[in-house]
Amino acid sequence: MAYSKKVVDKFENTLKNPEKFNVGRFDPKDGDVGTGMVGAPACGDVMKLQIKCKQEGNQHIIEDVKFKTYGCGSAIASSAELVEMLIGKTLDEAKEIKNKDLAEVLELPPIKIHCSVLAEDSIKQAIEDYESKQ
Amino acid sequence: MSKSKPIYLDYASTTPVDERVAEKMLEYMTFNNNFGNAASRSHSFGWQADEAVELARSHVANLVNCDPREIVWTSGATEADNLAIKGIANFYKTKGKHIITSKIEHKAVLDPCRQLERHGFDVTYLEPNEGGVITPDAVKDAIREDTILVSIMHINNELGTINDIASIGELTRDNGIFFHVDAAQSTGKVNIDLLTLKVDLMSFSAHKTYGPKGVGALFVRRKPRVRIEAQIHGGGHERGMRSGTLATHQIVGMGEAFRLAKEEMKSDSEKVTEFHEYFLEEVKKIDEIYINGDIQNKVPNILNVSFNFIEGESLIMGLKDIAVSSGSACTSASLEPSYVLRALGRKDELAHSSIRFSFGRFTTEDDVRNTLNLLSNVVERLRELSPLWEMHLDGIDLDTVEWQAH
Repeated sequence: MAYSKKVVDKFENTLKNPEKFNVGRFDPKDGDVGTGMVGAPACGDVMKLQIKCKQEGNQHIIEDVKFKTYGCGSAIASSAELVEMLIGKTLDEAKEIKNKDLAEVLELPPIKIHCSVLAEDSIKQAIEDYESKQ
Repeated sequence: MSKSKPIYLDYASTTPVDERVAEKMLEYMTFNNNFGNAASRSHSFGWQADEAVELARSHVANLVNCDPREIVWTSGATEADNLAIKGIANFYKTKGKHIITSKIEHKAVLDPCRQLERHGFDVTYLEPNEGGVITPDAVKDAIREDTILVSIMHINNELGTINDIASIGELTRDNGIFFHVDAAQSTGKVNIDLLTLKVDLMSFSAHKTYGPKGVGALFVRRKPRVRIEAQIHGGGHERGMRSGTLATHQIVGMGEAFRLAKEEMKSDSEKVTEFHEYFLEEVKKIDEIYINGDIQNKVPNILNVSFNFIEGESLIMGLKDIAVSSGSACTSASLEPSYVLRALGRKDELAHSSIRFSFGRFTTEDDVRNTLNLLSNVVERLRELSPLWEMHLDGIDLDTVEWQAH
């Protein structure tokens, strides 16, 4: 598999140091947590993304993110990359993140673009979940 | 050379050429050695090449106990499979147009069958039992009046399971049907006796048995006589069954590799059996693993394991200093998980999470021990990352979850 060095590094670092790369979970019942889970085991990838937000004025800002991903190396790398992009962003800014951004940063091979699509879907769902609680 | 070479546990994909084989091959290439064309009848260069080719042919025949005249050189097992299947189908098409094969065959058998379907043949693809074995009963039930050929592999390349080709051969012979066996994974691993087996055609590969890539052979039985239509024409080599100047150095390599296989089958197999037992015992200590294929009915050099809740490609990436194969979709170009594991009735997620370990002549105890250490560590880390593992620990039955497939 011809992965870019970025995918390989991201994957390996996440594996070596999961806490530093935001692997983990929040309590999904908390009011300030939004959870998104997309994909299916039968398809070979499932991403779970959780955002923890705080309100500042009428803005909601993503304070912290946790994720867990079952999938190939690029799915794991895509999740870890996305998480870093999200921290500190407002929800409106987070909604602007597109799969293309991830695919570009990680230089994903064409056959792996669906990993970045999945990542985009997971953030959309997490935001929806959070907003439904407000 | 790199600092540390990865550990090679992918012998079922290919094997390194044995040094002794490589040495012999070097004697048949350059001007100072023997470079002749085995078809040249008019000078000593040709005679010597011919002698080397015939000696190699007898080594191959000797390993599987057949007449050297029953061995046809090909470019590999894929060509041998093609020649056998299309060769029989085209020669005997007036007798019938039905072929029986199985869902767990190598693509080198499945794709020629698909091709024949496009030309009006009817193919039955047998399901394996849950242990990954094609039973003689399954073959028996599929036989029809117009069946001309049964093609069933000896040892499955993904699982290592062994099919009972002796019993299947009895059935086909009784019914006047030709029987082809892909034995690419068998040579040097299990005994093959074509004198007693009622097999009509058998495919061999050199590079799975410490010979070079690019050469193989097809056994074509003389008694009772089996005829095939040639697929490559030009020059009438190999008694018209496979034209083309013989690749002397490749053939010499295959001959030497098969000669060594006969000599060393016992010691190779004893060593690999020990590794297999040790590996199995240790890998079973990991939670939620599944051995694919009937453990009681397989060769010890191949072990296929599914690590539940982990995707196979990520496991391979985590095991970066170890060379293994996966049935995961992500390691294939097609994005489909292993069709062999799916044919066993395994859930797709278990097919995605499968790894094939295969041991061989140059595997060491350290290789096995280091692999096991790394494996348990990486499995643990990847499960820490897996939402499925988390749900499993929370007691959630994953089959009841409504997934959002994409």
